[in-house]
Amino acid sequence: MNPFSSGTRLSDMIRAIRASKTAAEERAVVRKECAAIRASINENDQDYRHRDLAKLMFIHMLGYPTHFGQMECLKLIASPGFPEKRIGYLGLMLLLDERQEVLMLVTNSLKQDLNHTNQYIVGLALCALGNICSAEMARDLAPEVERLLQFRDPNIRKKAALCAIRIIRKVPDLSENFINPGAALLKEKHHGVLITGVHLCTEICKVSSEALEYFRKKCTEGLVKTLRDIANSPYSPEYDVAGITDPFLHIRLLKLLRVLGQGDADASDCMNDILAQVASKTESNKNAGNAILYECVQTIMSIEENGGLRVLAINILGKFLSNRDNNIRYVALNMLMRSLTVDSQAVQRHRATILECVKDSDASIQKRALELIYLLVNENNVKPLAKELIEYLEVSEQDFKGDLTAKICSIVEKFAPEKIWYIDQMLKVLSEAGTYVKEDVWHALIVVITNAPDLHGYTVRALYRALHTSFEQETLVRVAIWCIGEYADLLVNNAGMLDLEDPITVTESDAVDVVENAIKHHLSDVTTKAMALIALLKISSRFPSCSERVKSIIGQNKGSFVLELQQRSLEFSSVIQKHQNIRSSLVERMPVLDEATFSGRRAGSLPASVSTSGKSPLGIPNGVAKAAAPLVDLLDLGSDDTPVPTSSSNNFLQDLLGVDLSQPSAQPGAMQPSQAGADILMDLLSIGTPAPVQNGSANGDLLSIQDNNAPIAPSLTSPTAPSSMMDLLDGFGPTPPKSEDKSAAYPSIVAFESSSLKIEFNFTKQSENPQTTDIVANFINLTPNVYTEFLFQAAVPKFLQLHLDPASSNSLPANGNIKQTMRVTNSQKGKKPIVMRMRVGYKINGKDVLEEGQINNFPRGL
Amino acid sequence: MIKAVMMLNTQGKPRLAKFYDYLPVEKQQELIRGVFSVLCSRPENVSNFLEIDSLFGPDSRLVYKHYATLYFVLVFDGSENELAMLDLIQVLVETLDKCFSNVCELDIVFNYSKMHAVLDEIVFGGQVLETSSAEVMKAVEEISKLEAASNSISLVPKSVSGWRGR
Repeated sequence: MNPFSSGTRLSDMIRAIRASKTAAEERAVVRKECAAIRASINENDQDYRHRDLAKLMFIHMLGYPTHFGQMECLKLIASPGFPEKRIGYLGLMLLLDERQEVLMLVTNSLKQDLNHTNQYIVGLALCALGNICSAEMARDLAPEVERLLQFRDPNIRKKAALCAIRIIRKVPDLSENFINPGAALLKEKHHGVLITGVHLCTEICKVSSEALEYFRKKCTEGLVKTLRDIANSPYSPEYDVAGITDPFLHIRLLKLLRVLGQGDADASDCMNDILAQVASKTESNKNAGNAILYECVQTIMSIEENGGLRVLAINILGKFLSNRDNNIRYVALNMLMRSLTVDSQAVQRHRATILECVKDSDASIQKRALELIYLLVNENNVKPLAKELIEYLEVSEQDFKGDLTAKICSIVEKFAPEKIWYIDQMLKVLSEAGTYVKEDVWHALIVVITNAPDLHGYTVRALYRALHTSFEQETLVRVAIWCIGEYADLLVNNAGMLDLEDPITVTESDAVDVVENAIKHHLSDVTTKAMALIALLKISSRFPSCSERVKSIIGQNKGSFVLELQQRSLEFSSVIQKHQNIRSSLVERMPVLDEATFSGRRAGSLPASVSTSGKSPLGIPNGVAKAAAPLVDLLDLGSDDTPVPTSSSNNFLQDLLGVDLSQPSAQPGAMQPSQAGADILMDLLSIGTPAPVQNGSANGDLLSIQDNNAPIAPSLTSPTAPSSMMDLLDGFGPTPPKSEDKSAAYPSIVAFESSSLKIEFNFTKQSENPQTTDIVANFINLTPNVYTEFLFQAAVPKFLQLHLDPASSNSLPANGNIKQTMRVTNSQKGKKPIVMRMRVGYKINGKDVLEEGQINNFPRGL
Repeated sequence: MIKAVMMLNTQGKPRLAKFYDYLPVEKQQELIRGVFSVLCSRPENVSNFLEIDSLFGPDSRLVYKHYATLYFVLVFDGSENELAMLDLIQVLVETLDKCFSNVCELDIVFNYSKMHAVLDEIVFGGQVLETSSAEVMKAVEEISKLEAASNSISLVPKSVSGWRGR
C-alpha cells in the first residue's frame, strides 16, 4: 500500500513525519497527507473520517493550515458512535474557535449530547462546551449545564461546574441561575466536585455582588469548617501531594475565603482562627506545603485588618526569602511586592534579604527583587541602597545590567538628597555601565550639571578623571566632552575646588588631548565626534594658546565621509581662521537649561511633539519652508522626519548642541544636512539671548531670521562652499538677534563719520510690516561751531522706498545733536540688503560744506 | 485561568499543545517557538517560573518542568497559584507515567489522542478539573474501554504495545 494514500494509519504518518530529515521533506509529507485527506473528504468517506481528523490534529499541532477539516468535525460529532464523537469533539476544541460561524451549527449537537443517556458522551460534550463556549451558546445551553450540576456521577458534576464558570464568564447575567446549585456543591463530600464547586462559587462572587453577599452570609462558616476539617484530616493517599493533604482544595478554599473576607470585617473575623492555624501548622519543607502557605498569606493580606495575622504572614514571606528553593523565593518576592501597599513598614524590614536576592544567580529572581527594591527606596534609605546596587553593577551579568542601570538612574534621580551626590552616583554608573544609560538620562544629568554652578568645576574634574579609567563607556565620554567644552577653564585652573577633592593638575593641552582621543577613538560614533568638534571649538576660544592645535584637529575631519562632521569641521575651521572677533561670543557657555521645562518635556515628550507638528502650516515636509512657525518648531526641524517618540531627545540635543543625530546617517537627502547646518547656526547665534528655548518669547527675532535663512539655506547644501556660510555668519555675527525688545532688535550703526560730523542710525521694525524699517538718524556735531541750514539728503536703489521726515531742527548746535526720522521699505527683503547714498550740506559761519558717502553697513535682514 | 499547556521536546518540536484561548495557528506556532527560545536558554538550578508578558499579554506567568527530553509548560494568569501549578505539572506527569508505565517522548508522540484525553481530564477549559491521578486514570480507562467496545478501531490504545507491535 502506498504509505501516503488516505489509507495511511495515524502512526504511519507520524513515523513518516519523524523520518523527515529536513523541514522541506516534512512539508512534502504533510502536503501529500493533506491532499489525501482532502480527497477522502470529497469522497465523503465515512470509514476514514475520524482517522483523517486525527491526522489533521497532528498536522495542526505542527503548524500547518487545517481549516478544510472543520466541517468533518461537525459530521463526526453528529455520528452516533463514541469514538467518532470523541475525535469530533477533540477536533472541535483544537481546530475551531468560538468566533467561527461553524460553531452555530454545533449548538444543536451539543444540546443533544448533553442530554445523552451515555454519561461519557455527556462528559465529552461538557468538555467541548467548556473549551469553546460562546456567549450565544452560553445562553442556549445554560439550563442543561445547570441540570447537570445535580447529575448522579461526580465526574459529570465537576465538569458541569467548570463549564458553568465558562458560561458566567461569557454571560455574567446568567450567574443568578447558578447561585443555589453552586452553594449546594459546597457541601459535597467528593473532593473533585468540592474543588470545582468552590471554584464556581468564587467566580460567581466575582461577577455578582448580590451573590457575594449571599455567600458571605450563608457559607462563610461552612467553608471555614470545611477548611478546618481538611487541615486536621489524617493522611489520605488519594489527594495527597508529597505528604500534604489535598493542597489544591486548600488553595481553592483559601481563594474563596479571600473573596468573602475582602471588605467585610465580620467575615474576616470569622476566618481569622483557621487562617492562623493554616499559617502556623502547615509544613513548609515541601512545595505543596509552601503553595498552601503562599495562598494563605495572600488571603491574610487581602482580608480586613488583623495586625497579628499580618505580621505572621510577612514573617512567612521572610522565611520564604531565605529558602534555598528558587521557586519559593520567587513567589515570596511576588507576594512582598503586593504586600507593599498594605504594610510597607513590614516589608522594609526584609530589605537586606531582598537586596541579596538582587544578586541571585537566577534572572527571574533578580528581576523581581530589583523591582521590589525599586519600590522600597525612599529618601531615608536611598544612599545605602544606591551604594549597594552600584557596587553590584560592577559584577552583574551583562543581560542584567540594562535593567539595573535604568533602575539605579531612576532612584538616584528621584530621591537624590543633594546635587553633588546625584552627580557622583551618575558618574559612577556612567563609568561602570555607560552604554546602558538611556539618552534622556544623561541629558537630564547635563541639565542638572548646568544648574549647579558651584559644582561645575568639581564635575568637570571628576569626569576628566573618570575618562582615564573608562574610555570605552561612550555615554561617559559624551558627558565628559560636553562638560570639558563648557568648563574647560575650570578644569585647568582648579576653580571652585571642594574640600573633598584631590587636587589635580591638568594643562590646557591635556584637555585638548582628551577631546582629541574621543574624536579619534574607534568606538566613538557620529554624535560623540560631533560633540567633540563643538567642544574643541569652545576650547579654542577658552585657551587661545591651543588654538592652532585645535584648528589642525578640526581640520582633519574636513574630509570626513559623514556629512555632518565634514560640514561642522569646515564651519568651525573658518570660525577659528577668519572670524576671531566673533568666536568668543559664538562659543560662550550654554545658557542654563530650565530643569522644570526639561523634565516637563521629558515626561510629556509624546504630546509635546504632536502639538508642535500640529502647529506646522499645512504639514509642509521641508524644514526650510516651515521656518515661519515659532522657534520651537525650528528646533524641531530634525525630528519631523524621525519617529515621533524619539523626538524629545532629538530636540534636546539640538537645543544643547545643534547636533542633528539621526539625519546624516539615516537620510543623505540633499536638504537634510542643510537644515541641520541651519540649526547649528541658529543655535550658535542664539547663544547671546538669555533663553533660546523659551516658547513664544522669541517670535520676533525669528521672523527676521527666517528671511535670511530661507534663501541662503539651499546654498548650504554644498558643504564645499564655506564662503556662503561665512557670509551668513558675517551678517549675523556682530548683530545677534535679540528678543522682542524693539530698540535692541537691531544694533545702531555709525553710518558716517568725518572730522566734523558723525551720523548714527537707530533702527526699529514695524511688527505689522516686516519690510519696513524706521530709522532715526542722529547727527552729532563734533566741532565747537554751529552748523546752520543743515540738510540731509539720501538716495536709495529702486527696490527700496525711502520716506524722509523733516529734521528736528535745521541748525546743529556746537557739540550738540539733532534727529531726523526716515522710513525705508525693502521690497527685496531677505534677498538684498539696504544700501543708501547720502549727502549732507550745511554752513559753518556762512561757508557751505558738503559731505557725501555711501552707507553699506546696514544690519542684515532689514 | 490556565492559558496554555504545552509539551515541547528539547529540540523545540511541540509534542502536545493546547491553548485555552483561541489563537490562530500561526500565532500558536509563534508562541511555541517563543516559549522554547526562552526555555532552552535557561540555565539549570534556577526557578521554574517565568514572566512572559511579551508573549502572552500582561500578567502572564509560565511554569515549566524539564523531564528527560521534554519540557512541560503551563501558561496561566495571575489568578492561579504558581506553586500549585508546579504541583499540577507533577500530577500530569505522574498520570502519564501510570498510563504508559514509564512514559517517554515516543509514547507522547504516537498516542496523541490519548494524551488529549488525559489532559482534558486534568485541565478543563483552562480550569483545574481533577488533581488526583487515580481519578484521572479511572476516567481515561473508561473512555478507552468504551472506544474498544463500540468499534474495532482503537484510537486510544491501552498501552504502548499498540504502536510498538505494528
